[in-house]
Amino acid sequence: MYVGKPVKRVDAFDKVTGRARFTDDLCDKSAYIARIVHSTIAHGKVVSFDLAEARKVKGVVKILTCFDLREKHYFGTPGHPYVLDPAQRDVEDRLVLTDTVRFWGDDIAAVVAENEVAAEQALRLIKVQYEEYPFVLDVQEAMKDGAPQLHAAFPNNILEHTGIREGDYAKAITEPGLIKVEGWYETPTMQHCHIENHICYAEMKQNRIHLVSSTQVPHVVRRVVGQALGIDWGRIRVVKPYIGGGFGNKQDILYEPLCAWLCMQVGGHLVKLDVPREETFVCNRVRHGFRGHIISWVRPDGTFAARKLEAFSDQGAYASHGHAICAVEMAAFRQTYPCENVEIDGWTVFTNKPVAGAMRGYGVPQIMWALESHTDEIAAALGQDPIAFRRRNLMPLGYYDMFGHRKLAADSYNQCLSKAMEAIGYDRKREMYRHQTGNIRRGTGAAVFWFDTGTWPFLLETSSCRMAMNQDGSMQLQLGETEIGQGADTVFSQMAADTVGVPIEKVHIVSAQDTDVAPFGTGAYGSRQTYSAGHSIRKTGLQLKQKILEKAEKLLQISSADLNIVDGEIIHIADGAVLMDLGTLVKEVQYSRSGSCHLTAESTAHITAAPYTLGCTVAEVEVDIALCKVRLLNIVNCHDAGVLINPALAEAQVHGGMSMGIGYGLSEKLVFDEKTGRPVNNNLLDYKLSTFMDHPSLRAEFVENREVTGPFGAKGLGEPPVASVAPAIGNAVYCATGVRLKKLPMDPPNLYQAFCEAGLICDERRVDA
Amino acid sequence: MYDFKALYEAKSVDEAVRLRRGHPGARIIAGGSDVLIRIRNGKWAGAELISIHGIDALRGVKLEDDGTIRIGPLTSFSHLASDPVIGTHIPVLAEAANQVGSPQIRNIGTIGGNICNGSPAADTPPTLFVLDAQVELTGTEGARRVPVRDFYIRAGVVDLKPDELLTAVLVPGEAYRGYTGHYIKYAMREALDISVVSCSVNVKLTEDKKRIENVRAAFGAVGPVPLRTPGAEAAARGGETTERTVKAFASAVLGEISPWSDWRTSKAFREHIAEELAARALIRSIELGGGGIHA
Repeated sequence: MYVGKPVKRVDAFDKVTGRARFTDDLCDKSAYIARIVHSTIAHGKVVSFDLAEARKVKGVVKILTCFDLREKHYFGTPGHPYVLDPAQRDVEDRLVLTDTVRFWGDDIAAVVAENEVAAEQALRLIKVQYEEYPFVLDVQEAMKDGAPQLHAAFPNNILEHTGIREGDYAKAITEPGLIKVEGWYETPTMQHCHIENHICYAEMKQNRIHLVSSTQVPHVVRRVVGQALGIDWGRIRVVKPYIGGGFGNKQDILYEPLCAWLCMQVGGHLVKLDVPREETFVCNRVRHGFRGHIISWVRPDGTFAARKLEAFSDQGAYASHGHAICAVEMAAFRQTYPCENVEIDGWTVFTNKPVAGAMRGYGVPQIMWALESHTDEIAAALGQDPIAFRRRNLMPLGYYDMFGHRKLAADSYNQCLSKAMEAIGYDRKREMYRHQTGNIRRGTGAAVFWFDTGTWPFLLETSSCRMAMNQDGSMQLQLGETEIGQGADTVFSQMAADTVGVPIEKVHIVSAQDTDVAPFGTGAYGSRQTYSAGHSIRKTGLQLKQKILEKAEKLLQISSADLNIVDGEIIHIADGAVLMDLGTLVKEVQYSRSGSCHLTAESTAHITAAPYTLGCTVAEVEVDIALCKVRLLNIVNCHDAGVLINPALAEAQVHGGMSMGIGYGLSEKLVFDEKTGRPVNNNLLDYKLSTFMDHPSLRAEFVENREVTGPFGAKGLGEPPVASVAPAIGNAVYCATGVRLKKLPMDPPNLYQAFCEAGLICDERRVDA
Repeated sequence: MYDFKALYEAKSVDEAVRLRRGHPGARIIAGGSDVLIRIRNGKWAGAELISIHGIDALRGVKLEDDGTIRIGPLTSFSHLASDPVIGTHIPVLAEAANQVGSPQIRNIGTIGGNICNGSPAADTPPTLFVLDAQVELTGTEGARRVPVRDFYIRAGVVDLKPDELLTAVLVPGEAYRGYTGHYIKYAMREALDISVVSCSVNVKLTEDKKRIENVRAAFGAVGPVPLRTPGAEAAARGGETTERTVKAFASAVLGEISPWSDWRTSKAFREHIAEELAARALIRSIELGGGGIHA
């Protein structure tokens, strides 16, 4: 059996030796190079282009502008499954090129050239005339009457507002003796920074468009390219090879439609569109900036009387995933600490900034920063231990979610907290750090996270799988679910090997999805690959196994009920005797002169569950107050992701998420020039992704409560590791210094301001803006 | 794919000087860690390049008879950091070289480029400033020597004539003998970063280690070019190794630097950090010299 074992990644050797091919490796050198002309204003209209000089550059094939777009097919970009009800579909507000500019960097024209240098030279020579409009960068400013309007259909720039009302908040807060705790919390715009920038290439063959793309969602790409170009979906073929990370950015349809359109404009010639890093920051997707206002009314005994949240989610210039992120924030707020009287409002608001989409955690890292910082503040206001306060109020065992129809079947929070606290020596250190003076101070802090995996019941959850036996008893395994670096192919292989009964070396997974031949699947997002694919692998594997055993029954003249497949061999259940190896069986069946048959199986799993996955972070920091620096000494995440299919990959997944959480907590922010709306740090030097030197050793712990709805007892793990890291660090900084950070990141400028305001430093000098 | 017009590869200093004369608009490229970035971002797109990468005579560190340390401008940061002459006589320069960018950048980037780039935030110049280093510039008319402090004209501009090449960085014996120094780079993260403020201090203590016989201090990223702080030096020179001296030294720094506010951070923050670094670098230099700070 392979499930539960730290099996080596099936792609490990190819990846470490450089044999694995990525999109750019696969593109023929004859490709034309496409580069995009981005607007250099934040809001306005393109009036005209002067292309005369650019056209003179040797090697320029064609320059296409927004005015060359004859048919306007608006499309939505989220990598969601198609929704049959038009009213429920994602907002369709994008064109491959636009003459209405809504953010600094909007796509207004493109150059197709024979090589990169010519494309670059032409880009620099293109002159654009704009009609400029005022722009707005702040989410609450954008909601005000009279603010610049981005989309006519959305007054006050509000893409969507939803509210949740439970009990009677207004009445509940009149209860005598309540303590009010209130705070505003903020998180910045950030970017995924996957190592491989988004890249795709397209060419026409037999009047069809062949696209190869670095995407998480190949089948969705096919559909959206069809919509964007107004052509039949079947005329588009999308191949997804190995990709260098996505983290949700590549769950959006980025430049595949533009690349396909450009290819059609140059006679179907091969066109490659490789996005430079600087453009990835601005013109792909970003994490929604968040501002949240929380009011808690608590009783002196440490219970909630009423809770309130106002959430403002910064959508940027186009709808993309839209209000879904804010809705997750609202759900997380409501469910993490259930309370009878709740008032929640969430607004998703357009601003003249890069488009926010999916990014690892999907709103949960934002709300957990606010909620878990706030929870520590409540405990402090009550004079209670922050962990004890949490244990008293966290979502309890047996909690039932009416909407998702799910019940919390394990005491994950308490188990994870205990394990993480023990790992870091939380209680002992908390005591040790109680009375510190001096410039260098240490502290520990904890934070939990809430996460619901998958997308059911909001969206379709479906997974298809195909298996085909080879003559040596090995099998091909194909899925619509995608390997994006997380190790999906390996756990898929493990689950398939166990279900069918073959050694893992005999499972040949087809890593690349080619929409012409791959089974339909919606792709990698929502921490759903292991869980969703698990369902279709199990269903298909059992079908295949049954077919094999039926053939074995005929060949061996023994009832299939008495037979099993173990380790690639047909055995007699009664005594375990090996009767025939699978290779022999397949050859007998496939080349039979009386009834030849290719042994295959294919099925679709329709999934109607989406489990919670819960856990926490405990962090220990050392703060150099005068230098305004936080050094992370120790950090541990503990997760309940059900049964771990592959503990080594699970650990790696948690490490990666923690690393993103560290950057989120301590250093990352995308900054915009207030005067122009231009992003100022859209490169890997000025955008401070954390480095190895900023990391302590990362520790991942697990509790493994079997997930009852999961085919192998497993549930999602991909996104949650990032979710609780920043608030745990923030709470540790508070423990060390008594200063509460409300705004991420906790980088030196923000720490300087907070320490000055608290009077820890710069007692005589002013705090300037 | 990089957009450059031509690449001329010099094999000797003479050839490089000739190429400089023949191609007045050409850029010198050594390691390329600055030049290639500017070609890629379009600022120097289409440039002509004169590569000096192949002039081995400009590589390495030598201790001359009179005690002068001669550093070849093509010496990479990683070679500088591990060089025995540097390690023995001016370990503070090795410290500074070790804080440049990342291992990859330290392998390709050179000390000559670090100076000629003219950046106020470069890692080695503050230490070269406090070591009273000189640069040797070779042109058609022969070689001249200029104190590195005077080599910087304004941000991004150094006193390199159109036909000249930086051929050596020279640290005189009297500038380091008896001195101990410390360099602190303050950046937003612990690697792959450029200084927000940097500070290099060196001191010579009296024989009894109770007083500061001489002190020199220089800062990076707090003005258009790296700068010395003579006022602060004077405030500490001759002083006892006490907290009071350190405080007087550090606060005097504020009158001599001119940091700015930008999107990265504020002037006030930069001043606060500069003062803090000054104190810490002085204390550490004194400790390295065998002294200690007394109340």
